[in-house]
This record gives sequence, C-alpha cells and structure tokens, in this order.
Amino acid sequence: MTDASLRRTSLYDEHVKLGGRIVPFAGWEMPVQYTGIVDEHQAVRTAAGLFDVSHMGELRLRGEYAAHVVDYLVTNDARRLVDGQAMYTCGCNERAGILDDLIVYRHTEDDWRIVCNASNREKMVRHFAQAATDHCDFEDESDETALVALQGPRAFDVLAATGEDGAGLRALKSFHFREATLGGVPCTAARTGYTGEDGVEIFCAWDDAPALWRALLEAGRPMGIKAAGLGARDTLRLEARLSLYGNDIDETTNPIEAGLGWVVKVEKGDFVGRAALMEIKARPLPRKLVGLEVTGRGVARHGYPLRDGDGNEVGICTSGSPAPTVGKNIGLGYVPSAMAEVGTGLLVDCRGKNVDAVVVQTPFYKRAK
Amino acid sequence: MSELPADRRYTKEHEWAKAAGGEVTVGITAFAVEQLGDITLVNLDVKVGDQIATGKAFGTIESVKTLSDLYAPIAGKVVRVNTELSTKPELVNEDCFGKAWMIAIAPSDPAATDGLMDVKAYGEFLKTAH
Repeated sequence: MTDASLRRTSLYDEHVKLGGRIVPFAGWEMPVQYTGIVDEHQAVRTAAGLFDVSHMGELRLRGEYAAHVVDYLVTNDARRLVDGQAMYTCGCNERAGILDDLIVYRHTEDDWRIVCNASNREKMVRHFAQAATDHCDFEDESDETALVALQGPRAFDVLAATGEDGAGLRALKSFHFREATLGGVPCTAARTGYTGEDGVEIFCAWDDAPALWRALLEAGRPMGIKAAGLGARDTLRLEARLSLYGNDIDETTNPIEAGLGWVVKVEKGDFVGRAALMEIKARPLPRKLVGLEVTGRGVARHGYPLRDGDGNEVGICTSGSPAPTVGKNIGLGYVPSAMAEVGTGLLVDCRGKNVDAVVVQTPFYKRAK
Repeated sequence: MSELPADRRYTKEHEWAKAAGGEVTVGITAFAVEQLGDITLVNLDVKVGDQIATGKAFGTIESVKTLSDLYAPIAGKVVRVNTELSTKPELVNEDCFGKAWMIAIAPSDPAATDGLMDVKAYGEFLKTAH
C-alpha cells in the first residue's frame, strides 16, 4: 500500500529501523506505534518518550510589521510575549470558526514563528501569506524544518545526558525557548508539548533530525526513553484534554464552546473573528465540549452520537479512547449546555448500542508538579 | 510472529476455527492481535443456544486505537461463550490461540470448516495481506 503521494519525514528510516508501524496521516507516512501504544504511553508518563512531529507546518514572519500581522490573525494576545516566549492560540475566521490551533513563537519583535497542524498547512500558509502581503516577509519553512518532541518526567535528565548545553535547558521556563546544540545539532528547544507531561519540542534543520533523534535515544537509554508514535500521542493528549484539530475543533466549532476561551482575548484590540467571538461571549452558549467517562461496556469513538436518557440524539463524541493512565474509557463531546454539568448522565451510541456515560471534570490526567 | 497452529482452519478476517469433539472453537489470530494492538474490551453479543450464520458479527473487540467486528466463520448453534474475556480482555494479547478462544459453535454442516484455509494457505495469505 505504498502511496507515492505520501511524504516522509527525514526520520522515516529511523522509524522503520525501530520497528515502527507506518500509517498514512495528514498526507505523511508516520509511525503509529513501535512497541505498542500503552507501552509508549506509560514510558512518557513515567520516564521519557521521543516523537517525530516533523510533519507539522512551520511558518515564519519577519519584518517591522510582523508582530501586527501575527497578532491580527490569532485570538490570543501576541503582544504580551517577550523574546524567547511562545503561546498557544487559535486562528479563527470571521465567523469565529477555528481555522487551526497554533503555537506562536516570538524570536524577536520582528521575527515570529508559527507552528500549525500538518492537515492545515496549505490553508494556514495561504492565510498568513495573504495577511503578510505588503506588510512583512512570509516564508513557509515546513520543508526545511524538522520537529521532535521529547516528553516525560525524565525529559530534562535526557537532555542533560547529551551534554552541557542540554543540561542548561532545565532553566527554561514553561512556554519559553532558546537556541541550543544537542548531540552536535544546532536547534531551538521550546518547553512545550502535547502530552500533559513536562518536556521540550525541538526544531532543527530537516536533514539534521536523524543525528538529533539518535543522540536523544542514546542519551535517554539509561532512563528508559522510548520512541513513541501517533497512537500514544493521541491517548496522552486526550488524557490531558488537549484538543485535536479535525476531531474536537474545526471550522464549525468556536474556541468558546470548545473550552478554549482562555486563549481568546477580545480586549486586546482588533483581530480576525473578534466581532463574532464577542457576540458568542455575550450570550449563553448553546453547546459545550465536555469530558466523558464511559461507565458502561464500550469505548466512545470520534463521531459516535451522544443521547439523553430517553435516547434522543443531543450531541456528538469528538474524541474517545481507552485511557491507559486513567484506567477508564474516556472521551470528549459536544452536548447542550444544560447537559454539560459534571455528573450528568448520558448515553454514547456505540454503533447502535447505547452505553452509559457521565460528564466528568477535565483534564482527566494532571501531572504532579 | 508466533507459529501458526496447524490443528485448525483460518479465515481472511484473521479468525481461526478449530474443530474437535463435534464443536468448532473460534478465536482471532496473532496477526489480527498485532494489528489491533493492546486489547481493552471484548464484547461477545451471543449466548449459548443462539443460532449464528456464516459471516454474521457475533461481537466486537476494542483496542486502544480501534474497534473491530468479530465474524462467525461458520454457521451453527453457539454452545459455549468464553465469559472470562469480559473481565480479562488482555488474554487476547497473551494467548490468542488458546485461552482467548471466544465462542464454540455446533456446526450446522459437520464439514463446514473444510471450506476455510488450512495453515499453509493462511500462511501464504498473510504474506500478501497488508
């Protein structure tokens, strides 16, 4: 089932060497798992895991007005960032629909990096390039930029084991980043992630990624590091209630109902989607994205209908899976606000079988500080 | 991958069917288990005495990643159901050809399993299955 239209990251051969099972994902051939999803999930929760996320898009905006352009396209307040700081945000359309969720990095006042989802790369390139026209320089750096995520309680021990520069990264504050040389590879390390664990995401030149990858796996061997695939990435992010674009959020959902109101700063000044977001905030929300625990015998999956006690369809499950650390079957779904209260019982329609579930507090998993 | 037992027949859905003592025991193969990954839930939707038709779903199996249907490889009457799997789904990962048998069927046609693949044919089929 080799598909010539699918692309490979520079780490593809490493994945194959490690026994990774390769699947198509957002136009890429990516490893879904190596040793097993649960095994890799537990490694990230208890030691460290290494992910290839080079498929994600990296956009660069440079110039005197770059800060204005970036701030105008995102819902969070980019102007409160200092050099070397990053933030999570949504980028919305005029109707407040979510175009993508992003991390915005301020290198300097006139040099900004945006990381977007692989599935949205073309769309976000168009969106940012258009806004940048006549205002600042725009570059799609995705093809030259590799990205790996090192996550877990031992992540900084792994970095320290690569050498002095790696050891210094321990001082990095959450959502801050800086240049470093790891395993001889020049890179940018950011204290961010998508697993609910502490750790870093590391950018480097496309062709340098295999050297960086091998250096991290080698340094982390005594700590029990494991290569981790998309499968574990999904269970980890779901336990931490981090949104997945295309599942929990998309252009038909807005940040407020998705529980992302904390990255919407309508008071910051004008930005795309602001008027619609103010209107949404001024009224009671018709629906909300809530956490679900399936108490009956079943697993909630993306797309399954949610029903009230009488069997009426009231919402939809957007993500769901067995949760290895939590030890339960969990999920996220949109329900009417009247049913969003923690403790509300509902039914998940698992392919025609109504299975009991209850609305629960999120995140499902929170790491001990 | 572990060795395929030669004492049974196989289907393209990666199930096995073992005839012995007038009944046919059914389970899933190591290939199926490997594809599914960590099994978290086995739902067997039939009970002893139910009539079951060839190719009809008799339950579902959930792994961390996905849900998969379980299909009856032959027709007949359900004579035993492995209820242990409802509380110990991990048996499927541990011993798919043994302890993790799922149901046993008294076949309507005593020669029903003859139409399924033998171990050699299934081994060949696996080489092409991906």
